[in-house]
Amino acid sequence: MSEQTDNPIRDAIAGAITEHPVILFMKGTPEAPACGFSARTVGALQALDAPFAAVDILPDPRIRQELSAISQWPTIPQLFVGGELIGGADIVAEMFESGELAEVLGVEQPVAADEAPDAVPTNPPNMQIENRLA
Amino acid sequence: MPSTDEIRHRIEAALPGSTAEVEDWGGGDHLRATVVAPQFEGLSRIAQHRLVYDIFGDEIGGPIHALSLKTSTPS
Repeated sequence: MSEQTDNPIRDAIAGAITEHPVILFMKGTPEAPACGFSARTVGALQALDAPFAAVDILPDPRIRQELSAISQWPTIPQLFVGGELIGGADIVAEMFESGELAEVLGVEQPVAADEAPDAVPTNPPNMQIENRLA
Repeated sequence: MPSTDEIRHRIEAALPGSTAEVEDWGGGDHLRATVVAPQFEGLSRIAQHRLVYDIFGDEIGGPIHALSLKTSTPS
């Protein structure tokens, strides 16, 4: 995955996946998700107060194409933790409800978290790769 | 755009012994499938979902805009 190719977009995506402990590829931004599935996934991460980097795949269709080629996963969103694909919206929601997501992310499961809440707007929209790890 | 019945038949044909329920979540192109298949045994969720996605290849994201999945093994 870290091998250089003559495909800069693929290299940038692979690099971002390696570089960020938690990274979400989504439609839109965490503050303004452009799809219900992406919104649901952001909601689960925010409910756990888990820091994550986010990449909006919408500005360039090649991002999605190359991402799916790397991950062998056809749909958006895609959540990676520690360089590994965790899943899309369905798996993230299931793992959130079961407490596995908190475990994978190394955070505390909040009390009474039986459903992922909707994404709550917090910050102004960011442009591309957003690193919330400060 | 394949019908929910067609999707169900294709999943059950590709994964012998499986049962699938497919429902339309809106607009005819947001589908949700609940699949119980012996082939899922011992696989991670990721691998289970990939088995189903692989049946449809490029149709996912194309004619099938979104296929939401819930997978499990018969027990």
